[in-house]
Amino acid sequence: MGKWTRRAFIGAGTLVGGGFVLGVSGLALAPSRHSVVSDDGAEHGELTTWITVTPDNVVTVLVPHCEMGQGTQTALAMMAAEEMDADWNLVRVKEAPALDNYATAYMMRPMMPAVPAPFVRGVDYGSYRLARWFGFQATGGSTAVRGTGVYGMTVAGAAAREMLIAAAAAHFGVSASDCKAVNSRIVHAASGKSATFGELAKAAAKISVPSSPRTKSPDSYTIRRTARPRRDIPSKVNGSAIYGIDFTMPGMLYAAVDIAPVHGGKLVSVDTAPAEGMPGVKRVVKLEEAVAVVADSYWHARRAVLALKPVFDNAGHEGVSSATIFAAFDKALGTAPELPDKGAQVITCDYQVPFLAHATMEPMACTARVEGDHAEVWAGTQDPLNARSTAAKAIKMNVENVRLTNLLLGGGFGRRLPFTFDYVDMAMRIAKAMTPTPVKLIWSRENDIQHDYYRPAGMARFAGALDAHGTPLAIRSRYAGGGDGESVFMPYAIADKRAESKDAPHPVRLGAWRSVLNSQHGFFKESFVDELAHAAGKDPFAFRRDLLGDEPRFRAVLERVAAMADWGSALPDGEGRGIALTECFGSIAGEVAHVAVAADGSLRVKHVYAVVDCGDVVNTDSAMAQVEGGIIFGLSAALVGEITIAEGRVQQRNFRDHHMIRMADAPRITAEFIKTDRKPGGLGEPCVPPVAPAVANAIFAATGIRVRALPIKNQPLTRHT
Amino acid sequence: MAIKITINGQAREVDVDPDTPLLWTLRDTLGLTGTKFGCGIAECGACTVLIDGRAERSCMFPAANAEGTSVTTIEGLAPEGSLHPVQQAWITHQVPQCGYCQSGMIMAVTAFLDAHPRPTDEEINATITNICRCGTFERVRRAIHAVAEH
Repeated sequence: MGKWTRRAFIGAGTLVGGGFVLGVSGLALAPSRHSVVSDDGAEHGELTTWITVTPDNVVTVLVPHCEMGQGTQTALAMMAAEEMDADWNLVRVKEAPALDNYATAYMMRPMMPAVPAPFVRGVDYGSYRLARWFGFQATGGSTAVRGTGVYGMTVAGAAAREMLIAAAAAHFGVSASDCKAVNSRIVHAASGKSATFGELAKAAAKISVPSSPRTKSPDSYTIRRTARPRRDIPSKVNGSAIYGIDFTMPGMLYAAVDIAPVHGGKLVSVDTAPAEGMPGVKRVVKLEEAVAVVADSYWHARRAVLALKPVFDNAGHEGVSSATIFAAFDKALGTAPELPDKGAQVITCDYQVPFLAHATMEPMACTARVEGDHAEVWAGTQDPLNARSTAAKAIKMNVENVRLTNLLLGGGFGRRLPFTFDYVDMAMRIAKAMTPTPVKLIWSRENDIQHDYYRPAGMARFAGALDAHGTPLAIRSRYAGGGDGESVFMPYAIADKRAESKDAPHPVRLGAWRSVLNSQHGFFKESFVDELAHAAGKDPFAFRRDLLGDEPRFRAVLERVAAMADWGSALPDGEGRGIALTECFGSIAGEVAHVAVAADGSLRVKHVYAVVDCGDVVNTDSAMAQVEGGIIFGLSAALVGEITIAEGRVQQRNFRDHHMIRMADAPRITAEFIKTDRKPGGLGEPCVPPVAPAVANAIFAATGIRVRALPIKNQPLTRHT
Repeated sequence: MAIKITINGQAREVDVDPDTPLLWTLRDTLGLTGTKFGCGIAECGACTVLIDGRAERSCMFPAANAEGTSVTTIEGLAPEGSLHPVQQAWITHQVPQCGYCQSGMIMAVTAFLDAHPRPTDEEINATITNICRCGTFERVRRAIHAVAEH
């Protein structure tokens, strides 16, 4: 199914030799981005690429993003339904299939400067062609709502409404401007005529898709800005939700693997006999970097793979350890940054953070069947088109011949993004060896912890100068381990702010981890600002606030969260509050941690307060869940999260030595959003970065002990009195 | 080896190696995939089921030891078409995010509330040790108290 229909070319530029040429004049005349429908789409009520209305008056929104608990599918459907003036009870949500038609291009728009109106269609069309070309259908970077939602779903919903109104007006014999949409009906008030979306859908679908429909004013929203139950939740409380690991089909076999413990290592040799004699085992499959056992049940496969003693090489990395990596960082950073104006006081500090694993609760899993020149794949991914392309490459098959079905994700956090589909690649090679039998590959938790694409470890060296009044003159830093303009940005009015990246490469495999580079730099910069405040003899909240005169959004967040946390009120001995403020993915988050440190050094984070300016909030309740979840995710990293390297390999194996916080460690959370009409910002990630510095700053307030290296568990907090 | 177990109220006979964990017997032999694999070492609780009403982590529980017991999984917690009060509270309070750990969380909480109908936060902290990577603890706690108050 699926191609650009004739409708897509209505109003288009020049057709040359059957192809569409996007010339300068064509930019403004590009086809509507929302008009990609299947060949017989109009017959089925496909109004736009993502919106179908069936005769039973049900609106189905096809969301081109995965659901991994962030609530995106419900939120995007709310954005489309709002513009259609649909009855929310008659709206269904479905994930768009892994097909080129549903490539996502809107990730780019939030990062672009404002596009002048005449060029919007061209920019969207051009980026869409690129996304199709690259096979890009990703969910990441906190971009679904602020990209696909703002620039896509909203426009598509409004376009659908205009098409339904046009169809109704023609049907009633009245002017379109006298009709309006109300609760999944088009109503002509003067004549009392009305028709349901379902009755009008077929006629509406034949109308060309307007590319610049009028969208609603926020003050008329009735679906957005409310708490709508997430559509994916009912199946998640009764066991019926199907995640990647749950897929089954008749005749399917199971695979378990042992993978070279050092990334890049190869299988040198393995005696397959011990496994081959075991119950249920069908075959031992040798891969370049692993050995797989295929059996009639997962338990049989797993038990047999543990009976093997494969020999792997270390890719020459046996000398690599966390100690050598941090020593290289230290060397690359060199001496403390020079400050031209040293003022009255100079403060220098180093900070460091370790590698971190995503540790999604669902281990990596993928089912594949390779049959002749075709293949089928089932997995949970954050980018089904890219996963499909990985699957095709793994077995050197034409991508058109591979069909991938994306299933629910038992957590993503960046582990299942484009170019991190090693588990799909591996499943394909095993399935090819077993052709035509379908095989489900399930990674053990040990496979998962030891073969992640880790959050980069990093180190930063700061120098700051204060004048005689305690006003900061300069903050300069060097960092190793990665960073970018967004992650090192500080909103504070300090004349001389510089951050410089230093290179210290290492062979540990890296990836994007919820909030990406902001998780490291949030800790670095907000710890250092706190140290400057104390050196200046000022209150850490007041110190920050006084530097935010030119940044009213930041200042509003900071002041509100301080008020919420009753900042400045007296606390018992051994307790303290810490504050931190960061911006990423288009949203600002301020957090206050309230901690208690007992005389024996044991730490308890009692309460975390958060205020978030993420623009206009779409689903108020699922947005709040992202704030709560982001805080807990950040807190695990702050307190206990750590991946260490020895002899080139990851030392942690499972949840007994790789820790995450649980109920007993979870603080109370109080959070609220700044009310605003601004376009939505991202929300899956922005609440992670402020947690670690807020907690470290609170520990300092409580004890006078400064934490400069995470996780906090590695540092004794015993006070010497 | 044929093992007789009552699963969600139905007498079943399953033919698996005696050391096969109950988890894989449920998932692969009986097709009950609502019970999840998280760690395989009984640390995370994603695989929690009820065995004669007790919460057990099924990933290290040999199927043979379940002989003659009554096992309840998330699929059988409430009669078809209805919800157990814990499941209902999970919807009301919109607890799950990715949801992968929640089958186990719901089973653990069900057994916990049977033993502690009016739990304190301390009792919750001491007993509900399941890992949730999405960080739903605030809502889990809220939902537990909501069920207890009914």
